Amino acid sequence: MATPTLIGADRPLDFEALPDKRPRHWPFSPWHLFLIPLSAAMLLPLVWSVITSLETSADAQRFPPVLLPSSLHFENYVHAWNSLPFGHFFLNSFLYAAATVAGNLLFCSLAAYAFARLRFFGSNLVFVLLLVTLMVPFQVVIIPTFLIVRKLGLIDSVGGLIVPNLCGVFGIFLLRQFFLSLPVQLEEAARIDGASRLAILFKIVLPLSAPVLATLAIIQFMWSWNDFLWPLIIITTPQHAPLQLGLSMFQGSHVTQWNLLMAGTVMSQIPMLAVFLFAQRWFIQSIAYTGIKQ
Amino acid sequence: MADVSFQDVTKQFAEGTLAVKGLSLAIPDGEFMILVGPSGCGKTTALRLVAGLETATSGTITIAGRAVTHLSPRDRDIAMVFQNYALYPHMSVQRNLAFGLRQRHVPRDEVERRVAAMSAMLGLDELLRRRPAQLSGGQRQRVAMGRALVREPKAFLLDEPLSNLDAKLRVQMRAELKRIHQRLNITTIYVTHDQVEAMTLGDRLAVISGGELQQVGTPQDVYEHPANVFVAHFIGSPPMNLLRATASAGRAQAGDLSVELAHVPDGPCVLGIRPESLSLMAPDDPRPSLDFDIEVVEPLGGELLAHGFVNGRLASPDASEETPLFTGDSESRAEVTVKLDGRLRLKAGERVRLAVHAGEVYAFDAASGAALIG
Repeated sequence: MATPTLIGADRPLDFEALPDKRPRHWPFSPWHLFLIPLSAAMLLPLVWSVITSLETSADAQRFPPVLLPSSLHFENYVHAWNSLPFGHFFLNSFLYAAATVAGNLLFCSLAAYAFARLRFFGSNLVFVLLLVTLMVPFQVVIIPTFLIVRKLGLIDSVGGLIVPNLCGVFGIFLLRQFFLSLPVQLEEAARIDGASRLAILFKIVLPLSAPVLATLAIIQFMWSWNDFLWPLIIITTPQHAPLQLGLSMFQGSHVTQWNLLMAGTVMSQIPMLAVFLFAQRWFIQSIAYTGIKQ
Repeated sequence: MADVSFQDVTKQFAEGTLAVKGLSLAIPDGEFMILVGPSGCGKTTALRLVAGLETATSGTITIAGRAVTHLSPRDRDIAMVFQNYALYPHMSVQRNLAFGLRQRHVPRDEVERRVAAMSAMLGLDELLRRRPAQLSGGQRQRVAMGRALVREPKAFLLDEPLSNLDAKLRVQMRAELKRIHQRLNITTIYVTHDQVEAMTLGDRLAVISGGELQQVGTPQDVYEHPANVFVAHFIGSPPMNLLRATASAGRAQAGDLSVELAHVPDGPCVLGIRPESLSLMAPDDPRPSLDFDIEVVEPLGGELLAHGFVNGRLASPDASEETPLFTGDSESRAEVTVKLDGRLRLKAGERVRLAVHAGEVYAFDAASGAALIG
């Protein structure tokens, strides 16, 4: 019987021929070569707008742009604030964003829970139809939405901004997917404990959904805060305009005061930044489902 | 507290699986009833039907004489402990215990009184402020039982509650469960696939296989008088040895074993012998005996298990119309397990002669698997 031999065991191992597997020590990851220019490109408009907001009107008009202004004009911010009813703009934007965030959290939760857990006739069909509406661009439904809002007597009011945006399909979809991932035994335990479906939603499901609710709140806040098209269509009185629409008033038909427009823009982004900083711990935090042994 | 009954209950799932077939079972007030069977036999579905988490396709379920078949879980006044406990992770132990009472609008001071009494009984006083994530497995188990019992439900349902605990804790919690039941005397339905739990805990067992009830009785009764070959093989550890045999003129012959069984009709049958019903044969032992070739010896201290072979053919415990007991060509050597005195020094490879204890040989019909009772 032949003794089994290892292939190549008859030759001595040639260490010189082995490829050098030692890692080379660059001071950065090769990814940085790609990411740093990309970040710079993303940052440029932001930096440019901050610089423009601190320049004189003349410098702001110049081309090529002056990226290192000779003097900083912080008074642009005061001028911008005083030249338009910014207080109204902020208040309107805040009402618009806060109401749509609250509406989405409440109504999307209710709808999403129904789609996730209740079995009712046609539930899948209705859900698919809702998803289909996500593919329809807003421009297509502007006119019907406008007609409905006009029938409600809400044209040129903050209410007209809020009502069509109280519940979004995106929110329903996002929450439904999250609810489906929660352990169903928790809800069964609550049902046996005597909780109604609504009690289960508000006392069991929603407290466990903080991360996804925070995500939806941030996305909706950002969307409402930055919305321009819908306010442009239904708001005509400056007192009822939200920020983004109000800012456009710096753009005259002949002259645009770029430095003031940018000062206003920078101011308008501060609440957005605050919301994000406040909510990001919820964003990051995940719930440990250790009441359930997986 | 109340009695629970199933009357011809069938559950078929939407995708077509028939999980429970025509189950009829009456559980009197205060009884500790065990539903036992292999996994996927429908025992958990039967429990969920009582809880109201599933709705029966046909038949009636009653609790305290009231038909509850189509009531929602909250209207049935039962409590359930889940296999994975299902504690509310965002609530403290205290709030977990109080949740069910609060949902039923029990007055606040009454809630506090009952939660305090339950936590004292289960030794949870130190843990009331903690969240489930901060508890050990045994503590979570206790909280889950407390949450169920604090409501003083009509019936207490447990779905494999000990399966997530380690062996030592399981034994401890088993004793505690029995103590709680003796103290509260609450109608309890307990689902398990573990036949040790089934034997030790239950007032009565219901053995279920393939969605059908096989036998109901006290643990001792089911062990001593199994209704069919499935029950005989499932209850008892290690399982009963099953051999194919042929009966003629009041004697059954399996390999070189020949036993007198007057009640067995002539023809093929299955003989069942428990591992503990065999012992080493003394020199002039008149009892029926057979040769046994030892393959593996497992010493357990007080006793030992010997696995090996005898002359004869093995019979399958899964008797059904599709797979009769005698399908396929089994070897002419049958594998057998024997439980013997631990002081014996047996070695693998040895051949010994085993004697069968008189009156401890079971016979089953070869076609249906039903016990042939003399």
